[in-house]
Amino acid sequence: MDNNRTLGQRLDDFYGLEQQLSSEETQIRDAVRRFVDAEVRPHAGEWWQAGTFPTDLIPKLAELGVFGPTLPEQYGGLELSPIAYGLMMQELERGDSGLRSFASVQSGLAMYAIYRYGSEEQKTRYLPEMARGHIIGCFGLTEPDAGSDPAAMRSVAKSVPGGVKITGVKRWITNGNLAKIAIVWAKDDTGTIRGYIVRTDAMGFAAKHITTKASMRMSVTSELYLDEVFVPEDHILPLSRGLGSPLGCLTQARYGIAWGTVGAALDCLNEAALYAKSRIAFGKPIAATQLIQERLVDMLSLTVDMQLKALQLGRLYETGVMRYPHVSLAKRDNARAALVVARMAREILGGNGISVDYGPIRHMANLETVDTYEGTYEVHTLIVGRDLVEENAF
Amino acid sequence: MKILVMVKQVPDTATRIRVGGDGASIASDGIKWVINPYDEFAIEEALQIRERLHGEVVVVSVGPQRVEEAIRQTLAMGVDRGVHVKTDVALDSYQAAAALAAVARQETFDLILTGKQAVDDDAAQVGPLMSVLLEVPQVTVVLKLSINPDTQRLIAERELEGAIEVVELPYPAVITAQRGLNEPRYPTLPNIMKAKKKEIRVELLESLGIDVVPKVRITALTEPPARPVAKILTGDPLEAAEQLVNLLHHEAKVL
Repeated sequence: MDNNRTLGQRLDDFYGLEQQLSSEETQIRDAVRRFVDAEVRPHAGEWWQAGTFPTDLIPKLAELGVFGPTLPEQYGGLELSPIAYGLMMQELERGDSGLRSFASVQSGLAMYAIYRYGSEEQKTRYLPEMARGHIIGCFGLTEPDAGSDPAAMRSVAKSVPGGVKITGVKRWITNGNLAKIAIVWAKDDTGTIRGYIVRTDAMGFAAKHITTKASMRMSVTSELYLDEVFVPEDHILPLSRGLGSPLGCLTQARYGIAWGTVGAALDCLNEAALYAKSRIAFGKPIAATQLIQERLVDMLSLTVDMQLKALQLGRLYETGVMRYPHVSLAKRDNARAALVVARMAREILGGNGISVDYGPIRHMANLETVDTYEGTYEVHTLIVGRDLVEENAF
Repeated sequence: MKILVMVKQVPDTATRIRVGGDGASIASDGIKWVINPYDEFAIEEALQIRERLHGEVVVVSVGPQRVEEAIRQTLAMGVDRGVHVKTDVALDSYQAAAALAAVARQETFDLILTGKQAVDDDAAQVGPLMSVLLEVPQVTVVLKLSINPDTQRLIAERELEGAIEVVELPYPAVITAQRGLNEPRYPTLPNIMKAKKKEIRVELLESLGIDVVPKVRITALTEPPARPVAKILTGDPLEAAEQLVNLLHHEAKVL
């Protein structure tokens, strides 16, 4: 028995993966974890229930360094390695998937789109301010009638003197009501999808908060209405061209999900194991029963699989050989596995499991979103399938 | 103001400690190592002093390779650079103090800060021993520290049982920190990344002229006796209360 370690250490690192991490990586992970423990965990249930994102965390998150952390220093980044970034996502999502989503969208979608497809002027103008949390961004790709099939989008950017005028509706937009800028994807006069930096205070732009969610309640999700919103020439992302551009951003965000979901699973596993050790039924802790042990081991097994997949994906990324089907497989499997782990944890907690006083039901409800957004389970299945047999089944 | 902070890497207080195979040391496998919590107060104080009066904060730590990680963590908190006195030998308090004092002599200093004790062996020796070896005054168990750079004097508040003692002394001096001195900061990610580029100078224990044979040797370690199994009284509250009183009276003999 691995008795020198606490229960939490044994659950978090059953397979000794910690040894594969550099000291800098574990320090980054621990720094984010401490922050989440102190600032988020005590209030997560309450915020979730109230359906609010704690905006006063934004400057603290910026100071901690979670916005655009992989970008070069000149743009306000920290030049974090992909694995360090992944661990950061893991710890944010240990707190709540909505917190990780907030950071993911700011870093992996909005900032990354400008970094990858923007002009030098756009990068220097926006990225450092976004890293400082002064400008929050959102990412408008999905539409009411174009989710898994983004090429079917109806938003258009019509050429006008000095720029374009964008008309369209975007739905399920994380941070939509918090954002100062939106990266909006729309078809130009030639039908090519391009990215535009749209100021949310521009004339004709409106964001409507979606309040009916029973999942991801700590995250602000919005519908964006653009009615002939003028975007000047210098706010068109010059290097964006075609559907590959927004998909390139999604690869970043999906990479973050592959890691983030590990955090949600670890939180559920920890909560369930602690509960099982302290909950007495029929004169003994329920952890001393075979049925509960089997469930805990099933949860651990799924979590270890997730950790291995995330770490290997990180290695592929760091050695420059990661392809998007690799990311798809990890996003698909880890989101689904985390959901299963969360449900099992909820079950072990019995009646208490349905209360947001405990983490699992909140994670479980959140993970329904995580399993769906940034490419559903099915979409990723078809991406990997196409890669395997070189046949497009979409 | 040049401040040296002496830091010890200790097992995480949450780690379950077990006696090793030799019966005289702890089993080190699976242990999570952390900075001695009292030393964290010393680091924080040093950083705050530097913020007010400028200067340099240097961390010094003695121990095997793994100690480098503790030093990096202090660099991530904002310490300027580190000195690692490397040795695989388990040292007694005197040797550790002698090694740290030797580095302090090389480096020179206005102030030495360290924790009032390390939470692993609880010896509380290294601070006082350094003050003797370096022939400078010391104040232990400090709760509040103010510095007057014009007069080169310190005013320190010490914790006594149920009282506070205020002392005044010149510096250079050795100060040992008590919980309550400050609230140690957490490393931020930008500082963790900057810490990579900061210098850690390595000194071999032998090259400092320290006798590597300890004078005080641990001969045996025993684990505390296992806690007896708890008795849970069930049934009618009135009967249970009666039983409890009975047990407290006859078995526990506290009534």
